Amino acid sequence: MIPPTAASLSERLIAGDRSALARMISWAENGDPRFGPALDLVFSRVGGGARTGITGPPGAGKSTLVNELAKAYRAQGRKVGVLAVDPSSPFSGGALLGDRIRMEERTLDPGVFIRSMASRGSHGGMAQAAVDACDAMDAFGFEELLIETVGVGQAEYDVVAAADTVVVVLCPGAGDGIQAMKAGLLEVADVLVVNKSDLSGADRLVNDLDEAVHVRFSREERFAVPVVPVCAANGTGIDELIEAIRTHREWLDAQGLAERRLEMRVERVRQVVDAQISAELWSQRGWREQARAQLRAGHPPHRVARHLAQRALSSIPQAGAPRS
Amino acid sequence: MSATSTTTGSSADATRRRIRVLIGKPGLDGHDRGAKTVATALRDFGMEVVYTGLHQTPEMIAEVAVQEDVDVVGLSILSGAHMSLFPRVRKELLSRNMGHVLLTGGGIIPAEDIETLQQDGFTRLFGPGTRTEDIAKWIEEQMQRRWASEGDQA
Amino acid sequence: MSEKRPGVLPTGTVVRVDAQAQWDAAVRSSKSREASFTSVSGSPLKPLYGPEDAQLDVERDLGLPGSFPFTRGVHPTMYRGRLWTMRQFAGFGSAQQTNQRFKFLLEHGQTGLSTAFDFPTLMGYDSDHPYSEGEVGQVGVAISSLEDMQTLMAGIPMQEVSTSMTINGPAPILLAFYIACGERAGVDPKLLRGTVQNDILKEYQAQHAWLVPPEPALRMICDVMGYCAQRVPQWNTISISGYHIREAGSTAAQELAFTLANGMEYVRRGVAAGLAVDDFAPRLSFFFDSHIDFFEEIAKFRAARRIWARKLRDEFGAKDPRSWMVRFHTQTAGVTLTAQQPENNIVRTAFEALAAVLGGTQSLHTNSMDETLSLPTEKAVKIALRTQQIIAEETEVAHVIDPLAGSYFVEASTQRLEDEAQAYFDEIERRGGIVPCIEAGWIQKEIHRSAVAYQRAVEHDEKKIVGVNCYQESDAGPTIELHRIDKSVEQDQRARLAALRARRDARRAQRELDLIRAACRSRENLLERFVAAAHADCTLGEIAQVLREEFGKYKEPKIL
Repeated sequence: MIPPTAASLSERLIAGDRSALARMISWAENGDPRFGPALDLVFSRVGGGARTGITGPPGAGKSTLVNELAKAYRAQGRKVGVLAVDPSSPFSGGALLGDRIRMEERTLDPGVFIRSMASRGSHGGMAQAAVDACDAMDAFGFEELLIETVGVGQAEYDVVAAADTVVVVLCPGAGDGIQAMKAGLLEVADVLVVNKSDLSGADRLVNDLDEAVHVRFSREERFAVPVVPVCAANGTGIDELIEAIRTHREWLDAQGLAERRLEMRVERVRQVVDAQISAELWSQRGWREQARAQLRAGHPPHRVARHLAQRALSSIPQAGAPRS
Repeated sequence: MSATSTTTGSSADATRRRIRVLIGKPGLDGHDRGAKTVATALRDFGMEVVYTGLHQTPEMIAEVAVQEDVDVVGLSILSGAHMSLFPRVRKELLSRNMGHVLLTGGGIIPAEDIETLQQDGFTRLFGPGTRTEDIAKWIEEQMQRRWASEGDQA
Repeated sequence: MSEKRPGVLPTGTVVRVDAQAQWDAAVRSSKSREASFTSVSGSPLKPLYGPEDAQLDVERDLGLPGSFPFTRGVHPTMYRGRLWTMRQFAGFGSAQQTNQRFKFLLEHGQTGLSTAFDFPTLMGYDSDHPYSEGEVGQVGVAISSLEDMQTLMAGIPMQEVSTSMTINGPAPILLAFYIACGERAGVDPKLLRGTVQNDILKEYQAQHAWLVPPEPALRMICDVMGYCAQRVPQWNTISISGYHIREAGSTAAQELAFTLANGMEYVRRGVAAGLAVDDFAPRLSFFFDSHIDFFEEIAKFRAARRIWARKLRDEFGAKDPRSWMVRFHTQTAGVTLTAQQPENNIVRTAFEALAAVLGGTQSLHTNSMDETLSLPTEKAVKIALRTQQIIAEETEVAHVIDPLAGSYFVEASTQRLEDEAQAYFDEIERRGGIVPCIEAGWIQKEIHRSAVAYQRAVEHDEKKIVGVNCYQESDAGPTIELHRIDKSVEQDQRARLAALRARRDARRAQRELDLIRAACRSRENLLERFVAAAHADCTLGEIAQVLREEFGKYKEPKIL
């Protein structure tokens, strides 16, 4: 079987081949060098999709909620891409990716694409892969992108930070309200959801959260973070949630969503450039051996570092005007 | 292949390619102890395992395989309906250009049926009493071979 | 009393202290066969149990057979009066084929019927539904209509033979077919004896043959209990099951705890539905696994009786002693059978059956040796039946009631299991009750954890299984004759259903389905409506579809 090239895969993606989209996401996950060029070829189609991050502690019902959101967006005629992120085992590096079990009724819907992704450690690499996967789904034509993560670590925050709107899902019991504030979930939330609103304690949690958001600000100043009670299991509150997300999006647009996205892309470029340069210097240009030799000769580490950095910087030109 | 080196040596390394496996339960059979035990064991061997849950039609399994771009599809069935369901899953995979995936499975499947299915696209099937470790090692071996011949370029 | 002699302790004292010290020293200095000794469930086992391990208050903790707390058995005479029912689970292919197997078993001395249904039936689909393709008649009999039920029971006197039906999600529908079948054969429902498994909570937890979500399912169970209390008073309305929980990988304590917790929830629901506890609790029965750890299983059965008696009398305030009793059926553990050297399974089944008898079961199914590979052949199922008959007729264990009572080890194990079960009851309550635990996936995760631990133990050779990780044989062994289901069964079923739909009064059938839909939305008794629908030749799938539409389909939570 001839392995696909960036060109051939991106052609298939544009033609609507879902397996090409799936493969492109795999390239992003694996750091395949074909990903960058492939994304470049379809980049003009990226930007139409709205990105909503859905995070929260385990057991809050996020997957069920994502399923309900997808259903509602489909009823509006919008195409939905879902990225479901689960943590990798710190021991084996493997992962059990079971979120899509709750979205099963969407499996054969041609307007929905669901991809499970493992966090593969918390070095930030996963966050990049998630952004890349969203770009690929966006280029394919998905208009609503839902990114689900378990909100317990930095990597998960990085992922949802890449979303336009972050929805934090909590549920009554186990002191979730207080935990959320401790864990910093409250700071990233643009919309707060109290799921399982039929359970006792839900009203109290809604009130507690209402108070808490008046005390703190959301990520962007002066957006009034709404607290939305829902019951994902029976579909109540979903319309209100969609409305809250839409309101936030409108506000972002007014605030300059395009600018914000641009900034994020700049950051993305920075990350990719840094990674490439670093990889090249340390594996291909003999810096590792240099450092080792100098340290062995007795030079202290910071002097070695300054020396190497200066060498590099003195030979790198200013960025200059961009060429297309 | 990725230019990022494994500097930390952590097994949970950001861009190392992982074997992606789909464990599917086709048909109405509700026995999932085996499927879940195998899924857990494969995870412990460093693979990324998507579990479909119960009561999947052959189309659903194939569609998930496409979206998840899996390397391996493993079917588990204890209801005696394997001679109907396994070939149908294979057919659905082929119709979606997923003929390259490693097809395997297990459950309550008599030896003669194992032979028939192994002639027809199922590289290997595992009967009761198989060690999950052996399944994991076999998958690893198969994938290493395939990746080596592809030159890590898929 | 010995004489006092100066400088010497009274006789007896000196001897005991010396002997204990000697034995302790001997144990410490001897080689041990294993690093640790545990039960199959992982509970540590001491080398020796003594009186200090079994602090029993005989009246409070044992009682007499047939009286509270029933530790020693639910009937005063137990097997001295009547042996346990030998009830082999059977079912495959068409109703006609299963009818033949039923008659074969009855001829060979079986004393009750137990029906296995195929997956389409278990999941509420007719044999001709697209989801049924390839599955019809494979693991049990295909029953899509009253007509099929009549074929199943043809020539069997329904007023004399008790019939157990292993059906859950659509249980009320199959029960309706059975009642209607009896009515058509002129048998008054008051004479019908048998059981429907109808234990939906364990479906969500373990067997996974569900239909609708928990709340409507529990409502239907209450409808069954209410209808039968009035009209089919000899019918056991639920067989509260631990078998499937155990087969899914749980420990003995989990099997015990989750089963009884499910049972208590049914009692709660019945009472909440307005039934007096003593009106329905006497007809709740149980179904346990008999696993390979001989003594742990015996202790488990005894603990089950004691726990339930205490809960029903002291917590639920039941007054009728029959409400306090755990009457149970047992099946030997399918999960312990091996595909390697299958004849060894005859031996495993024999030990498990013996444990069930020593544990006081009311009814017993023994597995056939070939069941790891396919449905049992006549030859294999006959040996399984003979196993029970040999226990009954030759070993004389049935001559003495609860013969192991007073054994330090058995009493200590009984108490240990009761305590472990109580810890689970407390945890379930802390988490809001059994239904919230199911919806959160907690029960399922506990079971999965035990299953994974067991698998690891086997693969690391800590848990030995003959023929699998020790005493293996390299050759394939004797070819086991496989019992295959012919494709014609599915074809014939399609034809039968087509003919049924063509000849029935279509308007009457549709009217009954509409009445069922209305009853879903009201508080009308659904079993009543199902019986009427059965007489109108509505099919299982048609009725189940209305229920799915009205109540929704159950969706499993994320466990992995």
